[in-house]
This record gives sequence, C-alpha cells and structure tokens, in this order.
Amino acid sequence: MHELSVTQALLDLVVERAAKAQAVRVTGIHIEIGELSSYVDESVQFYWDIISKETAAEGAKLNFKRIPFSMHCKTCETTFQPDGRTFNCVKCGSDRVQVVSGEEFRLVGLDVERKAQPSAREVKECLSE
Amino acid sequence: MPERIAVVEQIMGANERLATQNRRKLDAAGVVAINLMASPGAGKTSLIEHTVKALRAEYDIAVIDGDVATGIDAGRAAQAGARAVQINTGGECHLDAVMLQQGLEQLELERVDLLIVENVGNLICPAAFALGTHKNILIASIPEGADKPYKYPGMYKGVDALVINKIDLQPYVDFDMAYFKKGVEALNPGVLTFPLSCKTGEGLAAWHQWLETLLE
Repeated sequence: MHELSVTQALLDLVVERAAKAQAVRVTGIHIEIGELSSYVDESVQFYWDIISKETAAEGAKLNFKRIPFSMHCKTCETTFQPDGRTFNCVKCGSDRVQVVSGEEFRLVGLDVERKAQPSAREVKECLSE
Repeated sequence: MPERIAVVEQIMGANERLATQNRRKLDAAGVVAINLMASPGAGKTSLIEHTVKALRAEYDIAVIDGDVATGIDAGRAAQAGARAVQINTGGECHLDAVMLQQGLEQLELERVDLLIVENVGNLICPAAFALGTHKNILIASIPEGADKPYKYPGMYKGVDALVINKIDLQPYVDFDMAYFKKGVEALNPGVLTFPLSCKTGEGLAAWHQWLETLLE
C-alpha cells in the first residue's frame, strides 16, 4: 500500500534531475530494485501513469532491474542466493554468512530529449557576426 | 532521439533528508527517540504501557502513535501516563519522516526526555522509511513463529535492538529459538536482544535499564 508515496518520491527526483539536465521530456526511467525492498513494479507503474500527467516525465516507461537477495559465505567465499528456509551457504553449509545485496532502491538512468542545441558552426557564426 | 543520462540517486533520499532534520530537532531539544516496529499483535502497545509506567516517575515520556485508523493505542499510552499524539496514516502501512515531523510539531519537545514512536503494525514497509529516531527496535513475539527472520529479512537486518515478547508462551507453542536466533545472527550480527514477557514481567527490567542508559 505504500507505492503511491514511493512513486511520488520517484517523480520528484526524476523531474528535478530532468530539469537539471535541461531535458524537455523524459521517455524512460531506469531503476534498480532489490528483492528485499517491498515495492511492486506494476503498482509503481500504475501510480506513475496517473501522477506523472502534465509533467516532463508524463507517460515515461519505467524499467526495473531486480537485484537478487544474496549472501556471502565467509568460510568458502561463495556468493549465493539463500534457499528460502535457512541462510546457510548453499555450497558448504556454513552459517558464517552476511547479506551483500537485495536492499537497493535507486534511480540509475533517464532517457531524455533535450532542447535542440545550436551546432558548433551556428555558435561560431553567431559569435563572428 | 532520446539520450541516456546516468544518475545514481537513492529514491528515498528525500525521506532520508527529512529524517535527518527530525533527528536534529530531537537532538536540539535533548530528546531520546526510539521507533518501535512489529507485526500487529506482537505487543508494541503493551510494551509501551509497561515502559511508561516504569520510567514516568523519573522521565517525561511522549508517545507518537501511528495507526491506520482509530486512537485506541494513543489512548492506552495516555492512560499509562505519557503525553500521547495519534497519527492516523489514512491507509498508509508505515510512518514516514513527514508524518513524524507533523507529530513532533504537536509536542512541547523541550519538556520531553523520551519519545517512543509506535509504528504501524507491519513487518515489511516500516523498515524502508527512516524517521530520524535514535534507535530502531523490532518486537518479535513467540506465537508469530521462528521463521520470521527468514521471511522478513529486510526488517530484521536494519534494527538496533530486538525484543522477543511473550516468552511465557514458549512451553505452549512450537518455537525453535535456535533456528530463530541463527537467522537473526546472519542478518544482524550481535544485535542487542531482550527476551521478555509483558504478561509476567520477566525480562522487562533489562529493557528498562537499557533505555535508562540511553537517557543518561
């Protein structure tokens, strides 16, 4: 039920970043999302389509890259995804383990259209006039 | 043609920044704040009642209570002797830094020593929303079952202390403490743990002592 507030946070960030980059339109948004973070892609996109209306990012496609919940075994140095019942290393069975990924929730890229920039030649011509 | 620009930014950054502001406000007023999180029915409000009764003679205690609807919990906290503020989240499944900020505005912080924030009963979402409290605490309880660290790792991983409530029920339910503790240890090595029972009072003294050390 918290996707609306999360989507609003995402929209604020995207609009701010797009303005900084002098983008007139955002067509795609790239997000990394860990398996442990409790956000549902479809739900975020659903709210996105509603709240992004009349912003530079209206209708942008959200692309989610899922980062698995993985752990690292300090005994045999394997990185693995827990089997769901225990956190023991799937290779050697050790319980000397620690979480390495799965909590991410970050914006990593935007596909933007910028204002048409004058070409180098146009700038030169303008300066020489 | 669209071009790709690279950005690396935490999506919850705005909430984190607001949480930092909350923390500054608490520090400036000399308030120690704890955030209690748990599933519904784990005993958040009961633990608050006991805590307020045990510490109210020495400290001024405020409770900010997050709930989807109703003021039952804030009523119980006030009855126990705390200044209580109820925040109805209107369907949201967690408190966030904005809601805490609004709660703080309703308190005379200068007069408060200990602020207890009771989060919405939920084992998933509250972990993702920093509030700015000094300690984040999870209350687990025996009847929930021993598999919860494995099912809700995000919640167990990020907390500063773990309360295990309802230990008086251990003889009556299947709760594999070794399995539970192994999961907790993998996610949050060495986390401070308080096994206790709000019903019998067992273990409460250690919890109260810990809070008093935070308040010193």
